[in-house]
Amino acid sequence: MTVALRWTHLACRRNLRPALLLAVLLGTSWVATPPAEARVIHRERSVYSTILVDQQGPVICMQFSIRQDQRNQSCFNERRPKEMLFPYAHMMMASLLVNPQPKRLLMLGLGGGTLPLALDELYPDLVQDVIELDPAVVRVAREYFGFAPSERVTVIPQDGRVFVKRAAQRGERYDLIMLDAFNGEYIPEHLMTREFLEEVRELLTENGVLAANTFSISALYEHESATYAAVYAPFFNLKPSTSGNRVIIARKGPLPTRAELEAQAALLAPRVAPYRVAFDELLPLMTTETDWDAATRILTDQYAPANLLQNR
Amino acid sequence: MYISVCKLPARALPRGLTSNMPTTLIIYALAFVAGFSIMSIELLGGRLLAPYFGSSIYVWGSIITVFMLSLSIGYLLGGRLSLHHPSMGRFALIFLGAAICLYPLVYFSEDVMNWVFERIEDPRYGSLVAASTLFIVPTVILGMISPYSVRLLVVTTEHAGQVAGFLYFVSTLGSALGTLATSFYFVLWFEMDTVLTALTGALLIGGLVAAGTARRIDHLPGDRLESAARQGFAK
Repeated sequence: MTVALRWTHLACRRNLRPALLLAVLLGTSWVATPPAEARVIHRERSVYSTILVDQQGPVICMQFSIRQDQRNQSCFNERRPKEMLFPYAHMMMASLLVNPQPKRLLMLGLGGGTLPLALDELYPDLVQDVIELDPAVVRVAREYFGFAPSERVTVIPQDGRVFVKRAAQRGERYDLIMLDAFNGEYIPEHLMTREFLEEVRELLTENGVLAANTFSISALYEHESATYAAVYAPFFNLKPSTSGNRVIIARKGPLPTRAELEAQAALLAPRVAPYRVAFDELLPLMTTETDWDAATRILTDQYAPANLLQNR
Repeated sequence: MYISVCKLPARALPRGLTSNMPTTLIIYALAFVAGFSIMSIELLGGRLLAPYFGSSIYVWGSIITVFMLSLSIGYLLGGRLSLHHPSMGRFALIFLGAAICLYPLVYFSEDVMNWVFERIEDPRYGSLVAASTLFIVPTVILGMISPYSVRLLVVTTEHAGQVAGFLYFVSTLGSALGTLATSFYFVLWFEMDTVLTALTGALLIGGLVAAGTARRIDHLPGDRLESAARQGFAK
């Protein structure tokens, strides 16, 4: 299921809906002035999930669940549409420090289209292939999140793994690949194996960069880390203590030095400021330290119980 | 001496369970193993196809279609086969055949899927063709086990329905457990090839047990029906 990840709801609650969180914690009945309820403005059932769009003030969010809850997939503020509201999106943008001039992007998982939209604005020459399994997600992103396919942004309704295999067969190359195809409730297990990561690596140009939005909680963290390490080590492991997300930034070639990263950050910072991306906050997170057990069993096509591991 | 089937006493348990007990129990146990294997293979099948065709609903659609179709053909063939000299020996051969046709999946499934992937663009038909190529033969053979078991077990026409019902109970219970064990535990503990090898081993052992039973006994629980029927005709 190619849908952008959440586990970001904690952050969303903290940043956007403190009053609502308070109301939930205290019990709404005795909160003097109840906050404006998030209003469901669209509900759509697809083969893969139920997509729910709600609005609270200027903030529009996408969720993949039947009932409204706090697990937002993607949010944006109508009044300041450029602002990236989730820490994971900021961390994904840190990949630009490793490859500051991407020409061709492969994005697995559209969600609200936050990243494709921002990158399209930032890089007017960037050609993007966005792979999204669920056509309903594409519809909702277009209608409510301002996402629009164009000559440079192609949306392909296909399973991510199938696309990657076909693209490798055609000899396609990308200098930036973003993996954001995980739904908090069900992980597509075939997009989390060593074989898959090797196939993705094949699609990278010599200095191509991979940015992957993954999980930082549950037993899956160890297994996923070990699997990425088997194919991409060393990599930057961005894991803020405040988010349920961890972003892996890897490169086919050697990683840049701290000085190179800082130099790029200085150059790019003004351009990404409108998106609220702050490299000075992201740079300290970009470490290659391993905080998982290197002996953890890696995930392969033969052994891929990601969903079972996530529940541990 | 003519024994009327109608005169045989009715029992609460399937007739088969009370006549030639060890063989009967072995047949039920083997039907359980077959039911277990079928669903375990089916679940592994979906995972086997995922890297090439995704894990969408149509991939599961392909898998389920192929398994249902194969089982239906298996039932037909198993029923036909049971008409001619039914024996534990032949029953054993079905198990050995299933094991022999299942094991190559460990070695050749990647090649088969690559071959299909290169030729069929649409993952719906790709997964259907791949699933057919990989699973039809072993599943057809496994499907033969149920009707053949019924033939081996039924002693009287009066109890035929009860025996069949109990057999479906046992084999479907096996299927339920095979599904649960595979999806909850096997995929968490083992590689898929390990599970497939173990299932091959289980079928192989099942076949050997059936073959051993065939050598030790001279008649089957169901033999009395045949002799009774023949004598009935003779009269």
